[in-house]
Amino acid sequence: MALLRRRRVRLRPGPDRRQRQVITPEGVPLPFTIGARGARAAALIIDYVLIVAAMAGLTYLVASLANAVHIKADERNPVGQALVVIWIVIMFLFRHIWFLYFELGPRGATPGKRIVGLRVAARDGGRLTTEAVVARNFLRDIELTLPMIFISTTLAVGEDASFAGWAGTAWFLIFVLFPFCNRDALRAGDVVAGTWVVEAGRDRLKAALSTGAGAQGHSTLTQTRYEFGEAELSVYGEYELQVLERVLRDDNAEAMADVAQAICTKIGWTNGRGDERAFLEAYYTQLRARLERGMRFGQRKADKHS
Amino acid sequence: MIARWFGKNASQDAAVEAAALRSDRFRQAREGDWQRLETIVTRIEGGRLRKLSDEDLLALPALYRTAISSLAIARETSLDAALIAYLEGLARRAWFAVYGPREGLGAWLKRFFLGGWSAAVRGLGVDLLIALAMMVLGTVVGWLLVSGNPDWYYSLMGSDDVRVPGASREALLHTLFGQQDQTGLSMFAAFLFSNNAQVSLFAFALGFAFGLPSILLLIHNTAGLGALLWLYHGQGLTLELVGWLAIHGTTELFAILLAGGAGIHIGRAMAFPGDAPVLVAAAAAGRRAAQVMVGVVLMLICAAVLEGFGRQLVDSTTVRLAIGGTMLALWLAYFFAWRPARGQAAA
Repeated sequence: MALLRRRRVRLRPGPDRRQRQVITPEGVPLPFTIGARGARAAALIIDYVLIVAAMAGLTYLVASLANAVHIKADERNPVGQALVVIWIVIMFLFRHIWFLYFELGPRGATPGKRIVGLRVAARDGGRLTTEAVVARNFLRDIELTLPMIFISTTLAVGEDASFAGWAGTAWFLIFVLFPFCNRDALRAGDVVAGTWVVEAGRDRLKAALSTGAGAQGHSTLTQTRYEFGEAELSVYGEYELQVLERVLRDDNAEAMADVAQAICTKIGWTNGRGDERAFLEAYYTQLRARLERGMRFGQRKADKHS
Repeated sequence: MIARWFGKNASQDAAVEAAALRSDRFRQAREGDWQRLETIVTRIEGGRLRKLSDEDLLALPALYRTAISSLAIARETSLDAALIAYLEGLARRAWFAVYGPREGLGAWLKRFFLGGWSAAVRGLGVDLLIALAMMVLGTVVGWLLVSGNPDWYYSLMGSDDVRVPGASREALLHTLFGQQDQTGLSMFAAFLFSNNAQVSLFAFALGFAFGLPSILLLIHNTAGLGALLWLYHGQGLTLELVGWLAIHGTTELFAILLAGGAGIHIGRAMAFPGDAPVLVAAAAAGRRAAQVMVGVVLMLICAAVLEGFGRQLVDSTTVRLAIGGTMLALWLAYFFAWRPARGQAAA
């Protein structure tokens, strides 16, 4: 697979600033939303809290189990000592096991990320390799755990704490502020591994607005039939159609009344009252039919000004 | 798929015909496939892979491509924004399922220990030799500095109770043998969380500054070793010291060598990236070095076990040297002599 290009589509500011387009190996651009930096920080904090809780809980369980079976870890008991050694090793590696197990799983997200709605993906649109996940997790140790250990040991030892403490703090700050220095909110681990963290959303398939009694032009309320001619449908473009769709899906009576009023003013009809929903559905369907017909012939009208 | 087209029932056909817009007819014709894909993807995300039937699992890539092609068509022919948003979300989730990691943690660990790690170490190549040269250089530098002026000992090793220049032979001998008062467990735990693990990780991490800090770190740490060697040599206890260090020292020094080599590997890739851009070369070198470092952390755990328990149990210099030598031979054989068949390591 050749190296895939990434196009960035800049739309309105806000969450659209975090939109990226990735071209899948099939050649179709898929939009992704980069996870917000605050959300990622929250996910990390939640994960660490869960890890500490799990470690404490498991240690308590194993300790009470050992007590129940009367295994003691003193010098006379090599079995007990061996078990304690194994347990210490597991706890030492626990946070790595946690992150690796969940990020290599089917959801590509640790419980912290799942709660916040994020997951890990490969930046170039291809396969997420195991080596990439391992590399990004290992570098998190360098970024966070190492300076923490460094700072805490120098604080505990107490001698020459000023220089060492400042060095550790500088190290920590460089890596914590790294995601703020690039547009895709990449950690140093993400840069090395070729991954990024994106939002994992879920959409339901909503019913089509253009199938239904109102859409055929018949109003169930007033028994009238709304039909619009070419002149009335040619004023608006795709942008207005999508605004109209949003209004119809939100189903807010006041908004619908306002929009119906605006359309009537524009096309020169007298506005009625009470039947806005059917009117708007009919206008939506016929406008969409017209614009889609134009699309098939390659003529697209982006909005009412074009 | 063909059978489902011909097997559609009459009500579905009527609904498809009744839809006035072509894009709605297109949507109603394909909705069944999209719902099926959604069910499969939801089951995969929920981790309930066993509940998926074989047909569903085999159909996943085809259904994913159907959804992707539906998305491409919908973008060109339909102005239903909710439909396009739904298809984008569905295609995204199916893309995650189809292009996710191919193996879980267990399979990766198996591949790692059965050849992946040693392949990564061999991939470091010249950088290991550079790191070895730096470590030897550091030891020599430490020895020469301290033999010229014993005050250097305090800068390199800090001040200890017993192990200082001018200590008697009996005092030094006592530090090497007969330390039975400390329990093995506490020494193990202390080692695990101590200096040497951090030194290794630092040597790797500082590779991103073109490898120079890694080199300096290697020299600085082995200078301490050289100073210690000079101190015991002065009292004729060199062999006993080497034995005392050898049990865990061969593993630990090998681990530091690998960590330094990994850092130098990244540094050299950044300084001489060849045809690739600097960051791309650094990222590729970083991925290989991270594989090596995962193994280094495990090696240090090994060294901790050897130090905590081996040193306490074994009191004779010959046996200590034998254990150290065996560990070194095992590591060398594992990394350089054992090359499993291509298929196993490259899976």
